[in-house]
Amino acid sequence: MKTIAEISITPNRTILNGDTISTANIAGLYREFVGDYPKFFKMDSLCKLGFIGSELLLKGINAEEKENAAIILFNRNGSLITDRNYQKTITDDNYFPSPALFVYTLANIVTGEIAIRNKIYGESSFYVLNNQDMDLMNDIINNTYLTSSPTFILTGWVDFDDEHNYEAKLKLVTK
Amino acid sequence: MGGIMITKIADNIISPLGYDSNANFKAVLSGETMLCKHVDSFGLPVPFCGSLLNRDEIISLANAEIACAENYTFFEKLCILSAQNAITDCNLSPRESNVIFIISTTKGNVDCLENSLEDTRCILASSANKIARYFGNNNTPIVVSNACISGVCAQIAAIRELLSGRYRYAVVIGCDVLSKFIISGFQSFKALSPECCQPYDKNRVGLNLGEAAGTIILKAGKPSNEEDWQYVSSSIHNDANHISGPSRTGEGSYRVLADILKDVDANEISFINAHGTATAYNDEMESIAIHRAGLDDVCVNGLKGYYGHTLGAAGIIETILSMKAIDNGVVLATRGFESTGTSYTLNISNQVRETSKTAFIKILSGFGGSNAGISYRKGGKA
Repeated sequence: MKTIAEISITPNRTILNGDTISTANIAGLYREFVGDYPKFFKMDSLCKLGFIGSELLLKGINAEEKENAAIILFNRNGSLITDRNYQKTITDDNYFPSPALFVYTLANIVTGEIAIRNKIYGESSFYVLNNQDMDLMNDIINNTYLTSSPTFILTGWVDFDDEHNYEAKLKLVTK
Repeated sequence: MGGIMITKIADNIISPLGYDSNANFKAVLSGETMLCKHVDSFGLPVPFCGSLLNRDEIISLANAEIACAENYTFFEKLCILSAQNAITDCNLSPRESNVIFIISTTKGNVDCLENSLEDTRCILASSANKIARYFGNNNTPIVVSNACISGVCAQIAAIRELLSGRYRYAVVIGCDVLSKFIISGFQSFKALSPECCQPYDKNRVGLNLGEAAGTIILKAGKPSNEEDWQYVSSSIHNDANHISGPSRTGEGSYRVLADILKDVDANEISFINAHGTATAYNDEMESIAIHRAGLDDVCVNGLKGYYGHTLGAAGIIETILSMKAIDNGVVLATRGFESTGTSYTLNISNQVRETSKTAFIKILSGFGGSNAGISYRKGGKA
């Protein structure tokens, strides 16, 4: 497996291909490096985090290569932060379920958001693991080639617990 | 693929129609359903039509068959009961290091959030660990959470693990239980039908939700006889179009079918067991995808009229029922279908049809623009 690009985003810092980016938070990263995708503001926190990571990683990759790429992401908490927010909207004395929120109670939506933005028609998969088990993740990524032939794979860990605890550790890899 | 063959060695379905695969197949064959209107269930202000498990019966069954059953949630009990039934059936030793557990679910224990927003049982990986550990299996289980396509993706994840040579056996469990959380969400989408759903029909108005658990056990190795089911092909594609609406061109689903047709001759396909949720958009999208793939003449069926949409279980139980159907020489009827309501006329019937062909394709589509398909073939043909 060959790594083409990698990024790490935490509340403290963002490192892209070894270079530290001084911008503080996810919204700041959006303003500085994206800015032209209003759908970003509709996304939940997990999607925003994964989306920003993918934007920085995929800069300079052409449409042809992206079409048959795969997106394979992992985390521990699934969509738990949005699940909690949705749960608050369906209590007996406060019942107003909203489809705009409910759709984000699926962790794989982040893979869909990235696919839509980049016109990636390849595989999109989301796995929930007990911890950031690099061996297991690498195993799953390598095994992808046993039944498919993506041009490259956008993969890694993307987990959002709360505003002070989140992490995206994403990379682009080829066989 | 290294010449490794993947064979199905056991299966189980626990649903409102029965607690093993044969009971479920017989019920579906004779047109039964437990879909009905539920008023005041789950504390919902609006009634819904769905297919619900008998909770008391499942809990008694769990108390009788699961050690320390009280330690497990309803969702976990179902997963364990289903897997245990399949494991016993094929005499698998689940504690061996060459066995991996793979779990397909959309929301697992999400109903625990009703007790407390901090309830950690909602974390899918913890729940999966409990299930694998119950069987004495110490490998890290994998949870596939790809919305409605999870059941097929979990089989694909299992197949990849087996092809890689790391494991010899994969226990693939699919399960979801309904809750206020899930039903209110689908209601807010206005995706639910107030009556029994009508897949592909011109009068279809939406889907029904259902509960089930299913298990498929796969083995890396040649089939032991002509009756065994073998994995043939699989594919996953995104529509790259919309997070909650299917593609107007059936893009992802079409690409899935096109991939599978590289490995399977259209003439050997007995039927496509499609997603057929009975929402206007899903069924229309599938008709476009099947037409674009040149499969208009192949029989298509959908099983949501018997079970509703069982979310993470759907891909597992519908695969098992498709195998059972071919074992019995039939294409199951599409319950609820009367007359074509899609742009392209599919080869669908509300009657059971005979078949002598021995391969099928199972397809699914879901939120996040996701689409997946898998094909199996019966018999010793390599």
